Amino acid sequence: MSIMDQNGGSVIAMVGKDCVAIASDLRLGNQALGVSSNFQKIFPVTDRIYLGLPGLATDVTTLKERFRFRVNMYTIKEEREIEPETFAHLVSSTLYEHRFGPYFCEPVMAGLSKTPSGGYKPFIAATDLIGCLNFAKDFVVAGTASEKLFGVAEGLWEPDLEPEDLFETISQTLMNAVDRDAYSGWGCVVHVLTKDKVITRTLKGRMD
Amino acid sequence: METSFAITGKGYVIVAADTTSARSIIKMKSDEDKIKTLSPHLLMAYSGEPGDTVQFAEYVERNIRLYHIRNLYALRPSASAAWIRRALATSLRSRKPYSVNLLVGGYDTSEHTPHLYWIDYLGTMSEVPFGAHGYGAYFALSLLDRYHDPEAPLEEGLATLRRCIDEVSKRLVVTPGKYKVKIVDKDGVREVEL
Repeated sequence: MSIMDQNGGSVIAMVGKDCVAIASDLRLGNQALGVSSNFQKIFPVTDRIYLGLPGLATDVTTLKERFRFRVNMYTIKEEREIEPETFAHLVSSTLYEHRFGPYFCEPVMAGLSKTPSGGYKPFIAATDLIGCLNFAKDFVVAGTASEKLFGVAEGLWEPDLEPEDLFETISQTLMNAVDRDAYSGWGCVVHVLTKDKVITRTLKGRMD
Repeated sequence: METSFAITGKGYVIVAADTTSARSIIKMKSDEDKIKTLSPHLLMAYSGEPGDTVQFAEYVERNIRLYHIRNLYALRPSASAAWIRRALATSLRSRKPYSVNLLVGGYDTSEHTPHLYWIDYLGTMSEVPFGAHGYGAYFALSLLDRYHDPEAPLEEGLATLRRCIDEVSKRLVVTPGKYKVKIVDKDGVREVEL
């Protein structure tokens, strides 16, 4: 049994039309034993960046604290908020610093980056546990249900979804994938980021 | 085998831990107190590798006490739990990690809310309405899913705890004999006999 599967949990992010969505399950387990049904794996970084951290739960908390520290330092030094592209590289280099004794997490991030014309462009990215970046145009997945998430997302996702349709797509994708995974589930949380607001909804799921 | 439970209710947290100190298959002691009082409104039940447990619990106890002496007010439950978790997470990647599982229960005197944190030796932390460690957890958690009520008065909470202990005694092969039960609420920490 891999250390990455010790606590279970999955995260997915999707691109829509001028919006992005990121969602995760809420389970924290100890192997097959469920411990908590309200373990948050997605954290706000700025108003326009959300970071999901599936993997070993101790490292989820440690990395959350580490990124909070590093983003705060960036904000103070640069006197502006960090952009999603920059944050993705910050995540990558933080993980690669521990190349030969890694944190067992595979971060997924979703954000809206500023364009020169003053608009916002959807951005999603994921890395492996040593920080190899994967910039995707459609969706990214990670966690114990990642294989299932790939399958369902491949079938349901389509380009240029409006926020409400994107919410439905990501919710259905996540819920149906985690129901086929024993280590993920126990409820879900979905965040949809648009240019003027973030919609956060908690979903009820199967409790088995 | 070692077992500990904790449940929250209306304005209190009950923490219970068995009192056996075992070495291999031999019971060395049957009145060991494995619940430390960290500050006036904070309890910590510890279990795991003998030696590590007491060493780590005393390290935590003294650091929380030091904070209290320096600042003239105690560290709040959420902050204490976060500090303890970090100590374990740092230790995990050291040459000799502490192998200690904890249940940290406290009453936040500024928010007037009870808090319970489930922490394992890896540094995994989660705030939970009820939690358990050891083999007893496999029986107690499913029982608590059915019977736990976050709004229950103290008498009901103690009755639920008694059910957990009875279930473990009935179904677990290697059953602990006695439990120490401590309560933390707005009046502080006290021990009760079941």
